[in-house]
Amino acid sequence: MTTNTHGLRDWLLSDEPTSRRQASLSAWYKGWLTFRSNTLAMLGLGVLVVLILAAIFAPLLASHDPFAQDLGARLLAPGVDGHLFGTDSLGRDIYSRILYGARISIYIVLLVAMVAPLVGLIVGTVAGYAGGWVDVLLMRITDIFLAFPRLILALAFVAALGAGIENAVLAISLTAWPPYARIARAETLTMRNSDFIHAIRLQGAGHTRIVTRHIWPLCISSLVIRVTLDMAGIILTAAGLGFLGLGAQPPSPEWGAMISEGRKYILDYWWVATIPGLAIFAISLAFNLLGDGLRDVLDPKEGTS
Amino acid sequence: MSAITIRNLNVWFGAGAERSDAVKDVSFDVAEGESFGLVGESGSGKSTILRAIEGIAPNWSGHVSIAGEVLGKRRSRQFYRNVQMVFQDPYASLHPRQTVDRVLSEVMGLHGFTDIDSRIGRLLDDVGLGSGFRFRYPHQLSGGQRQRVAIARALAPEPRILLLDEPTSALDVSVQAEILNLLADLRAEHNLTYVMVSHDLGVVGHLCERIAVMKSAEIVEVLGVGEMRKLEANDPYTRHLLESSIHSVR
Amino acid sequence: MNDDKPLLDIENLQVRFATRTGTFEAVRGISFTLGRERLGIVGESGSGKSMTGRAILRLIRSPGTIEADRMALHGEDLLSVPEKRMRQLRGGKISMIMQDPKFSLNPVMSVGQQMVEALRTHESVSKAEARARAIAMLEEVSIRDPERVYDLFPHEVSGGMGQRIMIAMMLLPNPEVLIADEPTSALDVSVQLQVLDIMDRLVRERGMGLIFISHDLNLVAKFCDRIVIMYAGRIVEVCKASELRNASHPYTLGLLNSVPDLEHPRERLEVLQRDPAWREAPSVSART
Repeated sequence: MTTNTHGLRDWLLSDEPTSRRQASLSAWYKGWLTFRSNTLAMLGLGVLVVLILAAIFAPLLASHDPFAQDLGARLLAPGVDGHLFGTDSLGRDIYSRILYGARISIYIVLLVAMVAPLVGLIVGTVAGYAGGWVDVLLMRITDIFLAFPRLILALAFVAALGAGIENAVLAISLTAWPPYARIARAETLTMRNSDFIHAIRLQGAGHTRIVTRHIWPLCISSLVIRVTLDMAGIILTAAGLGFLGLGAQPPSPEWGAMISEGRKYILDYWWVATIPGLAIFAISLAFNLLGDGLRDVLDPKEGTS
Repeated sequence: MSAITIRNLNVWFGAGAERSDAVKDVSFDVAEGESFGLVGESGSGKSTILRAIEGIAPNWSGHVSIAGEVLGKRRSRQFYRNVQMVFQDPYASLHPRQTVDRVLSEVMGLHGFTDIDSRIGRLLDDVGLGSGFRFRYPHQLSGGQRQRVAIARALAPEPRILLLDEPTSALDVSVQAEILNLLADLRAEHNLTYVMVSHDLGVVGHLCERIAVMKSAEIVEVLGVGEMRKLEANDPYTRHLLESSIHSVR
Repeated sequence: MNDDKPLLDIENLQVRFATRTGTFEAVRGISFTLGRERLGIVGESGSGKSMTGRAILRLIRSPGTIEADRMALHGEDLLSVPEKRMRQLRGGKISMIMQDPKFSLNPVMSVGQQMVEALRTHESVSKAEARARAIAMLEEVSIRDPERVYDLFPHEVSGGMGQRIMIAMMLLPNPEVLIADEPTSALDVSVQLQVLDIMDRLVRERGMGLIFISHDLNLVAKFCDRIVIMYAGRIVEVCKASELRNASHPYTLGLLNSVPDLEHPRERLEVLQRDPAWREAPSVSART
């Protein structure tokens, strides 16, 4: 068994890979080794894995129905009557609601993480690569979006589109892409005149191929880092919208909305607002730690040395 | 028939009052199978000529014809098959996230080759790397090995003309010797035409038969390698350049 | 010219870097002394020659570590002195000239300001005196109009002049040892010799010790008294510059013969066949 794993490790760390698959697996494995040596990043990853598992297995883990109201058992303190985190003003079990709320948070995060960086990547690389008036036009549009505070702009979008999770995601995505466009453009500008881009141009490659096959892979790493670090902000914005009643609608157990409901009782029944607050804190912190670790792995300046 | 004909080539950066001329009124011919050197100090415009031929320098005027094809604003696919370039810095000319295999197979795909697998093997043997290097990333290669990969990439479309932009100036002398020998072998084997830019007269003198000396964007003199070795230059600048490079070696 | 006591005395210098795959030994136990002479350190990239220069000034950053049995300037142990004293020594007693003046000059300060500031960190002199000495120094490095150049900014001077300014700046506090790390490889051939001639003249006039680090064996032979040839972090050969032609180590010969020579053309250049035994051979001492 041990010799087997040793063989695998040597195979992965080989300086002379013999196949395409080995080369790419080896690159991933080396990245993983760097990542693994960062304790805090591993902690962040661990917290996220726990949260994702909790979200997936919420029906199995939950002790109560998250929507079942029990006015007789409202505002119970944590630990009383089998309610691990207590109950809220309508007698719903907070522990179960947090578990189901993780589903909503992760859903929001995934949707935003798919939409905003993609828009930013396309806008930024096209602007940076094309240059000239295309660059000016795209970047001025980006500037207009950047000029508004994010939450205010998201509020305006949600107000126009109507409240609800999907619209909140859309609003957050629309406000989150400009920084990504900026990063992608800056990276593209440094690469546009580099010799390896010239070299592939001299082989007759078209612009689309150059941008998608040669520039994107180098932009993506810095975008992934930035997105991970921004996730905390996105979750907070989502929670903020929920708090203001413009995100997920009651009775859905969105964490921001839960804080909002607990606000009225915050002085006498601290747990109602604090528990979802801690959940938001945990997931934000986890993403930040993960982002720091990813930066160590993916930063091209480190990677080439 | 001459492989390259250049008449009254001008290259400039910027426009209006900001315009600065990088190449002024340059004309020369390179015969099929010849190796032609361009020497000069930094900023003399020698590399810019290569970039203008390849279409990387945006503003140029004049007549440039390569293997009978007169170049316009756009380069044809055929042009890129005929003319390839090797860059100065092997650390900057390879995509940091692509394996040797990926680089070469993409290039071959672009030129419509189908027997990619066997071609890559042959190409790596040609440049003295062997198949052990096929799946490596650039950071797993030394400077000399990277430059061999860059040469393999340039040879992939089976070009007739190679433009060499200081291909050895970023390398150690012993590695430089290997690369220069490789370039000499490849030229003999594939009957290639070279245009080589360098600031090192020893390197150019080793590989080229005729040498153009550039100063402030203009060619001041074209002389054969024999005349150069005997220090028979007419232009005072050429003589100065020859003397200082002889002295630095002795 | 040779003093009895060496300026620099280095014994068994080692520079190591800890990496994921183990320890990388950049310099593996080299010993040399420097008197009032010009010592050339030659080697290819990765031979540890630059690391040696940096180690003397303790400019190796973490995760790199410097170890030595002895590393002394005039008997003062450079390894154990506090960082504050080291800062005084750097630039004061030992100066270093780097490869590219573009990166060693501060772009937002005029040439003169930088020189004056460099001098005044090491000596307490009045501004007026510092200025006068800076201008005199610029004149010494053959800058024709020193007063005009004094007020220029680094981007306004050419590479060759930039490197001459660096030399002037480094020699201003009258150091005893000058370390020049590839001082001319960023310059054009026609100015290289001029810059080296100036550096050479000043070093000789002042009776300083010079460590000239370069990859160019022939260039070093021209400007040095003694040559140390490094390979894989060790010294493989030491010889007098005048006897370089009689060098015996195959690596030295390989370096000499692989350079294409304008006057003596060869059909094929000699290619260095690296022998793994070179790596393992014990370092040759360059102590006198």
